[in-house]
Amino acid sequence: MLELTDVHVEYEMEDGGAVHAVNGVSISLEKNKILGLIGESGSGKSTLAKAVIRLLAKNGDVPEGSIEYKGTDLTELSDREFRTEIRWDEISMVPQNAMNGFDPVYTVGNQIVQAIRTHEDVSKGEARERARELFEQLGIDPGRIDDYPHQFSGGMAQRAMIALALALDPSLIIADEPTTALDVVIQDRILQTLRDLQQEIESSVVLITHDISVVSDICDEIAVMYGGRVVEHADVETIIKEPRHPYTLGLRNAFPDIEEDDQDLISIPGTPPDLVEPPEGCGFAPRCPFATDECWDVTPEPEEYGDGHIVECHRADEQELLTEEAKRKETWMDLETEPQQGVEEADD
Amino acid sequence: MSVKDHLPANVESKLTSSRALSQIKDGVSTAYELYRSDRLGQFGIVVLAAFVFIAVFAPILAPYSPGARHRRDDGSLARLDAPSTDHLLGTTHHGQDVFSQLIVSARVSVFVGFLAAFIAVFIGTNIGLISAYYGGWIDDILMRIVDIAYGLPFLPFVIVLVFIFGANIVNIMLVIAAILWRDSARVVRSEVLSQKQRPYVESARAIGASDFRILYRHVFPNVLPLTVLYMAFAVAYAIMYEASIAFLGFGDPNVYSWGRMMYQAYTHGAIREAWWWVLPAGVCIMLLVSSVFFIGRTLEEITNPEIRH
Repeated sequence: MLELTDVHVEYEMEDGGAVHAVNGVSISLEKNKILGLIGESGSGKSTLAKAVIRLLAKNGDVPEGSIEYKGTDLTELSDREFRTEIRWDEISMVPQNAMNGFDPVYTVGNQIVQAIRTHEDVSKGEARERARELFEQLGIDPGRIDDYPHQFSGGMAQRAMIALALALDPSLIIADEPTTALDVVIQDRILQTLRDLQQEIESSVVLITHDISVVSDICDEIAVMYGGRVVEHADVETIIKEPRHPYTLGLRNAFPDIEEDDQDLISIPGTPPDLVEPPEGCGFAPRCPFATDECWDVTPEPEEYGDGHIVECHRADEQELLTEEAKRKETWMDLETEPQQGVEEADD
Repeated sequence: MSVKDHLPANVESKLTSSRALSQIKDGVSTAYELYRSDRLGQFGIVVLAAFVFIAVFAPILAPYSPGARHRRDDGSLARLDAPSTDHLLGTTHHGQDVFSQLIVSARVSVFVGFLAAFIAVFIGTNIGLISAYYGGWIDDILMRIVDIAYGLPFLPFVIVLVFIFGANIVNIMLVIAAILWRDSARVVRSEVLSQKQRPYVESARAIGASDFRILYRHVFPNVLPLTVLYMAFAVAYAIMYEASIAFLGFGDPNVYSWGRMMYQAYTHGAIREAWWWVLPAGVCIMLLVSSVFFIGRTLEEITNPEIRH
């Protein structure tokens, strides 16, 4: 249903240079599935999502690649076509901070009614009725429809934002870290509600998060982003249990397994790559304990291992070795002195 | 929420139905509370209300026609008579009743003050909104125009324009608006620059709202308090500007205004002798301008809670 092919996103800078926030992403999402997009800050996950719904900042652009949605290339549409035909009718969004996502001067109900009436020719009463139903579905007291956003708690505002996103039964919902500001209990409940309603209206969801435990619960597939590329993409089981990319292995270390005892949390040393002038080779090489000369020189191409499990890594075929090594803290510790040397090598 | 859960259903529905209303009440009652505790604000409202009342009912309140020439009992023109029971504030050089002129003049000040300020803030707000929202070359061009407007010296600008277009009250009002719009344009622009980065604007865009809709239905209501505040200050300035123009003799010769009264007293060399001719007009200008300033000052506390202490 949604098919991204070799999508690049650039942010132009004042000095004429450009930040290559997304560097050739190809990924597809089927109907009625939830795709979790994970990665650390600056990995390009939000940028990718914003490129889809065309909300990039003014200096952002998609110079290459196609974003096909139900057979139409979204990058070809004019702003007007996009606004009237795609936005909210087809693709809606749950923003990161719901509390500020509502206009403070209108009631929440009024804003849902406005959204419905912008796209559909229905009376105020009907739109209001639908808003009440949505409130009920999301577990908010419909009596609070005439409240202003500031009268809502964080969790309620987030639910109301999801109600707004579902108002026109869109086929695709982009949820950009929808539960980041909430405590884990509310977080879990909201995500379950989202999952239930998504099943009901048979839409697809792209769920952006940096919390791997969140996605593992409700997602069907996971795509791991690093340095503007999708480095690994597979169904949830595979990503959690049998990842092949060293970055995913590293991420997994940072989240302890509740059933095993006495685990050390191991973080990945180093910082995300420079996106202004992405170096040759694999973007993760400077932080990767398994990097070889090839990794420094040649950018790995996506390769498929098993059913739909796509990995961008030269050593992905050595899964067992990598998995074992990655579990040891020393593997990642040793690295901390190495990147310097690595960068020098890259300069040669 | 938790308290509400324990309320019986009918109480709850009453609560929710009155909620929208209570929102409006909240805003009004904040203003009310602030004015209640602020003596200067109260003073401003009372004085302004008095002047508006006088302006509206001027023909009824004025004892004589402002242009009528009065004669003494002996038949001579009542030139520069001191205040008496017949003429509460004495007479002018031409034997006209100062008190009547004073009352009729209130119309011009109130009318020019509010209308010029409204035009100025209307233009300024729109320019600020468009400039900040669209940015780029539109912003550049509009802000350069604002810079030029800031460079214009007020009096020479007025003298030239009044000379070209003729001294009537509508032209004077437009000239004042042409100077005053610059402040609100800059201030609204800077506020919109911040507002347009807020997530609700992105949400509105994602929902499919047009630029026009985002600008006027979403951003504008959020800068409205600021606009109202600048409107209040613009009123005070407009009144003062109108009075200065009239005092310099560039005013509309067909209408009475406080500035013109002082101008006439000055040209007849009576400004030192006939205090009853000069002083009341000066006091009226002072009272009206300061009343609007005090109201604006209290409004400022509403829009900017930091200075509430």
